[in-house]
Amino acid sequence: MATAANLPPAVADEAAVGAGKTAASPPASPGKKPRGNREARAKASVPLTVVTWLIAAIYAFPLLWFLLSSFKPGSELFSYPLSMIPREWTFQGFVDAWERVDFAQYFLNTATVSIVTTVLTVFFSACTGYALAKYNSKGTRLFFVCILATTMLPTEVILNPTFSVIRDLGLYNSLAGIIVPSVLTATGVFMFRQFFLTVPDDLLHSARIDGASELAIFFRIMLPLSKPILFTLAIFSFQWRWNDYIWPLIVLNDPKWYTLQVALRSIVGAENIDWPVLLGASVISLLPLVFVFFVFQKYVLNADVSAGLKD
Amino acid sequence: MANPTISTTAAPGTPPTGAVRSKSQQKRRNRYVIAPLVLVGVNVVLFLVFFVWPGALGMLYSFTDYRGVGKLHFIGLANFQKLLADSTFYAALGRTFAYTVLSVPLVYVCSLGVASLLVSKAVRGRTAAKMVIFLPWLISPIVVGVIWKWLFGQDFGFVNFIISLLGGSPVPWSSNGNLALAVVIFASAWGGTAFNMLLFIAALKNIPEALLEAAELDGANAWQRFLHVTLPAIAPTSFMVILLSTIHAMKEFAMIQALTNGGPGTENTLIVQYIYKTGFEQSKVGYASAASIVLMVVLLAIALIQLRFNRKKG
Repeated sequence: MATAANLPPAVADEAAVGAGKTAASPPASPGKKPRGNREARAKASVPLTVVTWLIAAIYAFPLLWFLLSSFKPGSELFSYPLSMIPREWTFQGFVDAWERVDFAQYFLNTATVSIVTTVLTVFFSACTGYALAKYNSKGTRLFFVCILATTMLPTEVILNPTFSVIRDLGLYNSLAGIIVPSVLTATGVFMFRQFFLTVPDDLLHSARIDGASELAIFFRIMLPLSKPILFTLAIFSFQWRWNDYIWPLIVLNDPKWYTLQVALRSIVGAENIDWPVLLGASVISLLPLVFVFFVFQKYVLNADVSAGLKD
Repeated sequence: MANPTISTTAAPGTPPTGAVRSKSQQKRRNRYVIAPLVLVGVNVVLFLVFFVWPGALGMLYSFTDYRGVGKLHFIGLANFQKLLADSTFYAALGRTFAYTVLSVPLVYVCSLGVASLLVSKAVRGRTAAKMVIFLPWLISPIVVGVIWKWLFGQDFGFVNFIISLLGGSPVPWSSNGNLALAVVIFASAWGGTAFNMLLFIAALKNIPEALLEAAELDGANAWQRFLHVTLPAIAPTSFMVILLSTIHAMKEFAMIQALTNGGPGTENTLIVQYIYKTGFEQSKVGYASAASIVLMVVLLAIALIQLRFNRKKG
């Protein structure tokens, strides 16, 4: 497995752009690691450790089997007895997938959608979350309930009317048609709202007394404060958009605009599945997210996501 | 379009608490009305355009025989009457309920179990284990479907290979409807654990250590502590995980598209897939919208029931 340390810097930079900020120094993680480790050493339990790692192995297995299979030549994929480790290692599946599927185009489309949407989502979620946390009026309370309602009634249940709206707005068959509707996410707004609720009002009041305008307070004091949330949401959003299937499916018609997920679905939905190509293509589609994750994993794994909801 | 919001925001004349008195009335008005309006503006517009508009349009469509083009022709409640007599609709709805009822508890138990182990200080290598278990979060529903299709392939999958090695006969994972649904449920638990696990880890870490220690002093064993201290303490998180997982399961679409495509036959077609098929592939927009409305009502009912249940317990 790749680790954050051995990634090429270019990848890290690209990922940072995707997160909406370049050259940001990572804030200290709120860990109590040293203490935890010492305690763990004091009373490590063998059975619990074994159980945990057994479960981890069970979770890892489907992915591991899939990855190893993608390195097998087509003839070995279906020949019994199956072997865990490929008897013959080959990259042919990846090469075929890259040639058969117009990956360069799909990568570009998916990356465009993911990065642009993520930047917009993070920015507008911060604005909205801040307003909902710090301006208490009937209007903001009402809008908070509206946002809550969007999690209960997701797009999936109103596919056809959503399609009509996209078509009437002239967004059909364009990447903008995926980007614009995806900017508003309840999770993003909740995460920021929850964070800004914990920021003391005194900070706001003293800035007001100093004569700062409302928007200046937001942009120059509040937004920089929320950097950890900003990164966490950026990764969440990037993952949602990279893996999104339903919006591209209903918005895109022309294969040249397809995103990776729609392209993959067309391979797996075929009458006779070309497994070597499908395995290769699926693994290739995972790589960018894996890179982003290993660079920014602490913003996900250490995040206090109790405030957040799923997309 | 933003008009209703402007009026509701402007309506309360009293400034929020902690207003600074040194400014003029006009300036204060700008401060507490204009600024939040600017900040929420874009999302309000997006909400109106991509939730309210399609929602209203869906309701409108459900009373018509619209087929995607031409004028709307109202047919009253005919779509709903037809829907209530449509056995494939019932089958899809029933299958969706079965899937939800089976997969949500499994996801809940898996994510809470894993989270409990991962916050236990007695476990070595927790950080690494957490990362391994979290990996499926990175994988798209489509690829999750592909991975499990590959693992449970009837003639070529690893699972049937192991079963035949052990002397069993291959299990019809894709030609038997119930077994196919079982694979879908396993896959959903595998893919759904990671995120819920994070929620539970955050909640478990927030339980005051003193509570658990007090229970231990009172002679409660590990299981009793879990049942009587931990579970009540994380009840709000449990509620959220169950509610979100339920909604997620009710709208499951992408993973099934890749894993079984609703098969064998149409046996495992879930409700969103049914709506997609009727609405897009057969372009019966009016009819599909009626099904959407029913699903919407079902989701709303589920949310309200769970909210009520939660309030009673709290």
